[in-house]
Amino acid sequence: MAKLGTHALLLAAAVVLVPLGLVLPTWLVFLVTIGLAKGLVVIGLVVMMRAGLVSFGQGLYYGLGAYSAGLAANFLGLNDAVLLLVIGAAVGIVVALGLGVLLVRYRQIFFAMLSLAVSMILYGALVRSTALGSTDGFNLPPPTFLGLAPDVETGRRILFVLALLLALGTASLLHRFTRSPTGVLGEAIVMNEIRVEYLGASVSRVLLITYVIGAITAALGGVLVALATSHIDPDLAFWTTSGEFVFVAILSGTGHVAASLVGMVLFETVRSFAFQYSPYTWQMVVGTAMLLVIVFLPYGLWSLVSRGEGRSARP
Amino acid sequence: MNWQRTTAALIAAGALMLPALAQAQDAKPFKLGIVTFLSGAAAGPFGVPARNAAELIVEALNSGSVPAPYAGKKGINGMPLETTIVDEAGGTTKQVTEYRNLAERAGVDAVIGYISSGDCLAIAPLADELKKLTIFFDCGTPRIFEDASYKYLFRTGGTATMDNLAAARYLLKKKADVKSVAGINQNYAWGHDSWNDFKASMQTLKKDVKFATEQFPKLGAGQYGTEISALLVASPDVIHSSLWGGDMEAFVLQGTARGAFDKRTLILTAGESAMHRLAGQIPDGTIIGARGPHGDFAPKSELNDWFRKAYEARFNTPPTYPSYKMAQALLGLKAATEKAAGDQASRPTDEAIVKAFEGLTFTAPSGEVHMKLGKGHQAIQEIAYGTFKRENGKATLVDVVRYPAECVNPPEGVKSMDWLTGGLKGAKCD
Repeated sequence: MAKLGTHALLLAAAVVLVPLGLVLPTWLVFLVTIGLAKGLVVIGLVVMMRAGLVSFGQGLYYGLGAYSAGLAANFLGLNDAVLLLVIGAAVGIVVALGLGVLLVRYRQIFFAMLSLAVSMILYGALVRSTALGSTDGFNLPPPTFLGLAPDVETGRRILFVLALLLALGTASLLHRFTRSPTGVLGEAIVMNEIRVEYLGASVSRVLLITYVIGAITAALGGVLVALATSHIDPDLAFWTTSGEFVFVAILSGTGHVAASLVGMVLFETVRSFAFQYSPYTWQMVVGTAMLLVIVFLPYGLWSLVSRGEGRSARP
Repeated sequence: MNWQRTTAALIAAGALMLPALAQAQDAKPFKLGIVTFLSGAAAGPFGVPARNAAELIVEALNSGSVPAPYAGKKGINGMPLETTIVDEAGGTTKQVTEYRNLAERAGVDAVIGYISSGDCLAIAPLADELKKLTIFFDCGTPRIFEDASYKYLFRTGGTATMDNLAAARYLLKKKADVKSVAGINQNYAWGHDSWNDFKASMQTLKKDVKFATEQFPKLGAGQYGTEISALLVASPDVIHSSLWGGDMEAFVLQGTARGAFDKRTLILTAGESAMHRLAGQIPDGTIIGARGPHGDFAPKSELNDWFRKAYEARFNTPPTYPSYKMAQALLGLKAATEKAAGDQASRPTDEAIVKAFEGLTFTAPSGEVHMKLGKGHQAIQEIAYGTFKRENGKATLVDVVRYPAECVNPPEGVKSMDWLTGGLKGAKCD
C-alpha cells in the first residue's frame, strides 16, 4: 500500500469517483464540487506554505477567477466552462506576476498582511461598483462544455467530473512540483534563505514561481465555484474567505497536497450537516469538530495516513 | 493513542446522528424549510423577529387558532406544517449549498426565506432548476423579477423601490420647500440602491432639489464621527438614511449628541424595526418607514389584532416589520395551496399551487397583498410613512400617510429605475 505511488492513488481516486458522480444525489454532487473547487485553492496554498509564504489573501485570486469568468460570460458571451477556466487562470497569472514581484520580497507576517491588504482592495472596489451589483453580485448563465449544452442537471454532473479531474490533476502535478528542484528549494528557503542564495539559486525566482502557482489554483477554484453556484459576489474576495483557506490548510496538514482536497470536502460536509441539524449552534458543532482534530491530530488530517505509512515501514 | 482517535470519531459521528433519529414522523405533513439569519449582524433586528413570527404562525396554523380568513382548515389544507430552520449566515456559496440540501436531502415541500438580496439573487435560478416552490419573504432588490422571470419562485414582500419613492412623496407632502438633501447609507448593495432610488425619486418629484452630500460608511462601522462632520458641513435640510440594526442605533445616538438632527429632518426608511427599542433616542419629527404597511402601520383587522396580541404575549415585544413579512409569506403559501386544492383534502401538485399563486390577492396582518408584478410572482401592497413622536416615553407615529400599491410601484413590465427616472408614468395615487 505504502509502495503505491501518489500518482497511482490519485488515478485510482479518479476511476472510483467519476462514476460515483453520475449516480450520487445531486445535493451531494454539488457539495463535493464546492469542496473540490475550494480544495483546489488550498492545494496551491499548501505549496506556498511549504515555501514559507502563508497568504491570507488567496481570496484575491479566488475572487478574480470568479469575476473574470462572470464578466466574460455576461459581457463577452463566452460561456464554455473550459474556456472560462483558461481565462480565469490567465488573469490570475498576469496579476500574480505583477503583484508577486512586490510581495515575495516580504516574509512571514508581513507577507500575510500585505497579501490580505491587496485582496481587500479588490473587495472594496467590487463593493463600490454598483454596475456589478455591489455586494449583491450577479448571476452566471449555465455553462456549456466544449460546445456541448447539456440540460442543467447533467451540466452539474459534468462540472463535478471537471472539478474532480482538475483537482486530482493539479494535486498530481503539484506533488511532482514539491519534489522538483524548485519545490525542494522552497523548503530550503524556510530553513535558511542565505544558504540558498550561496548555493547559486535565486530565492526570489523560486518564491515568484510558487506564488504564481498559488494564484493559478486559486483562480481555477474561483471559476469552478462561480460555475457551480451560478452566482458571484465580492464575499469571494473577503478576508474571511481567505482565512478559511488557511484554516483548512492547517487542518488538513501540509504534509501532502492531496490532503487539502479531503480536508476541504470533509469541512464542507460537517458544516452542511451542522447547518441542517443544529441551526442555532452550527458554529459550535463545527468548532468542536475542528478542536478535536487539532487536539488529537496536531499535524492535520494527513497524519492519519502518514503515521500509518511510518508504522508499516518499521521492521 | 488509537483509542483517542476512535473515541473522537465516535463522538463526532454520534453528534451528527442524534437529531436524525429524533425526526420520526406519523401523518403526512407539509414540510417547510425556513431560512433566516440566526447569527451575525442581521439576526437581531431581522432574522430572529422573522423566526419568532414563523414559530408563532406555524403553531397557530397547526392548532387552528388563526382567525378569519384563515380559520377554516388546520395547517395548510389540513396538512400539519413541519419546519426545518436554517441559518442564512455564511454567504451565497454556502446558501446555495444549503438550499440544495433543503430541497433534495431534507426533502421539503417548499422553502420560505432570505433577507439578504445577494442570497435571493443566487437562489432564484435554483428554484426553477430544482422545481421547488420558493417564497422570498424579505429581500428588497427589484432585480429578481425585473431581470428574469421564474415559475416556482414568488416574493410576497414589496421591493425596496417603494420604500424610497414613498419616503420622497411623504417628505414633499410634509415639507414642500425642501431645498437640499443628504444621504448616509451603508457601503453595500442595499445602501447604494436605497440612496439611488431616493435620489431618482426626488429628482423626478422636485427638480430643483440639491444633493448636499452622500456618505457611504462601511457596513457595521459603528463610528460615524467623520460622516456626521461631513453632514454638518454640508448642512442639508433633510438627511436620508437606510441604516438598520446597530448601525442605525449608533448613528442616531452619535448624531443627536452633536446636534446633527436639530432643525433638520431625518428619514429612516427602515426605522420601524428599532423604533420601540430606540424610543428614548430617536429625535421627534423623524420620518419613519417600515418597508410596507407593517408593524405599527398595519391596518386594524381581526387578524392583525390577534397577531400583535399573540406575538407580544409570547415574545414580550411588539412584532416589527420582519415578523409581519414572515407571517405574510406563510399565509400567502396557505392561501395559494388551499385555493389550488379547492374542496379536495389532498395535497395539490406544485404546478397547481403555482397556478393558484400567480396573480393571487390574499389577506395578511398587514392588509391586502396583490401578486401583480413579475407575471404574478411579485407582490405589491400599500405602504405607509409616519412621523416619530415620543409620548410618555413611548414611541408613537403621527401624521401617518398611506400610499396605494400602484402609487409607489411601477406597472408590470417596467423596470423600477426606468420608472423613477422616466417621470413615474402610470402611477395611481388616489
